[in-house]
Amino acid sequence: MVTAIKERTTVEVTVQSKSEFQPENILTVNNLEVFYGEKRAVNGISMIVEKNAVTALIGPSGCGKSTFLRSINRMNDLIPGASAKGEIVYEGLNILSDDINVVALRKEIGMVFQKPNPFPKSIYENITHALKFAGIKKKSLLDEIVEESLKKAALWDEVKDRLDKSAYSLSGGQQQRLCIARTIAMKPTVILLDEPSSALDPISNAKIEDLIVKLKKDYSIMIVTHNMQQASRVSDKTAFFLSGDLIEYDHTEKIFTNPSVKKTEEYISGRFG
Amino acid sequence: MFMNTRSKFDQNLKELKSLQLNMAAEAETAIKNAMLALLNQDIGLASKVMNGDQVIDDLEYDIHEKVLQLIAQQSPVAKDLRRLHVALTVSSEVERLGDIAVNIAKSVVHIGNEKYLKELSEIPKMMEMATEMLTEAITAFYSEDPALAKKCAEKDDQVDEMFGDILKELLTYTPQNPDSTNQIIQLAFVCRSIERIADHSTNIAENVIYLETGKRYNLNA
Repeated sequence: MVTAIKERTTVEVTVQSKSEFQPENILTVNNLEVFYGEKRAVNGISMIVEKNAVTALIGPSGCGKSTFLRSINRMNDLIPGASAKGEIVYEGLNILSDDINVVALRKEIGMVFQKPNPFPKSIYENITHALKFAGIKKKSLLDEIVEESLKKAALWDEVKDRLDKSAYSLSGGQQQRLCIARTIAMKPTVILLDEPSSALDPISNAKIEDLIVKLKKDYSIMIVTHNMQQASRVSDKTAFFLSGDLIEYDHTEKIFTNPSVKKTEEYISGRFG
Repeated sequence: MFMNTRSKFDQNLKELKSLQLNMAAEAETAIKNAMLALLNQDIGLASKVMNGDQVIDDLEYDIHEKVLQLIAQQSPVAKDLRRLHVALTVSSEVERLGDIAVNIAKSVVHIGNEKYLKELSEIPKMMEMATEMLTEAITAFYSEDPALAKKCAEKDDQVDEMFGDILKELLTYTPQNPDSTNQIIQLAFVCRSIERIADHSTNIAENVIYLETGKRYNLNA
């Protein structure tokens, strides 16, 4: 599927060593800088994102974590004046290259936003809309994908009898899981979540968190969250951002029990932010 | 640029530490009084130690309640979490120290006014070393000083050695002094208690190091 993103050409991977680009890693970010006009929002970040793991990005508002997340499926392209330097290597391709097919890229690296944003269509059509756009017309296949996606998003049992109803009839938490199902339907490898449950009640939040942990079996997940407990509950690795810099990146257990950097400790324990 | 958003929590932690230090001071006084009671065969002081243990138990209860409340309300992480964990562990250690003071005091009562078979000389030395360890452990805890904590724990082996030597000596008195078996047994109990004071002090020292570094050390090994 990756060949659809670009005519395959090998990218010189200039991270520490090629041997680090192992199958268990899904993304290698090398010296990424992101600018909004003249202003640099991300200051040359390098990190390796593990496959089939949940990676949490934390930090105070304006630290660059969402900008970083949006770089990974080129969503910043939609912001006038935004530009990026460095490399984000995915399946051997630098996805920041000009010749990347960003539509194909976003099928593989899907994104779910803070506020649930279902289409003003039925639950069924929310899932099938992009699939039809991608050329899938066969009803039985669409039905199969809808069921599979909704099951994976832990929503099937709640909506299977009303697939033709408007997505707006769902609760906020259900709408967010529908958005996750919509992303899953495109069979991505990476799912980016930008504060996916910050607008939800505690029960819906718990369902989303439970879902995130289950989904990592099939997908690599990156989540931006302001909720420290959420980061500590769902993620395997945590990256702490501050003023555009990656301050510390380590196993989540280490970050939340005994971080190596004082600033990280101060932030996670709420001493500033 | 950034403001401290946890001033209430920081104030709660200060109050918790103050409770812990009160508790440690109570236990330290109880231990010292129990030892003084033994040396002077002061049954009145021994009774005071026994009656005072409830204060230490109540402080332990207060600390545990406070810690649970802070865990529930403040979702502590990293050093805050270790601090609360250490508060629970250390308060249990200190509560045991209070019980040890009571045990020594009970032995004083059991021995009563019976003249000691031999003037106590080695037991006071052992007591001195154990109380020195206790004071160092509490000071290290107060000042969060891992170096002092390590220094404290280094004395544990010496106390263990003294315990072995005194016990051997006490056993040699048994055949010649069958009427004083009770006294010999009680003094052996006291020595065992003093040895435990050193162990609990070492455990407190380990917690100081854990609080500061996040790493666990077995200083008793």
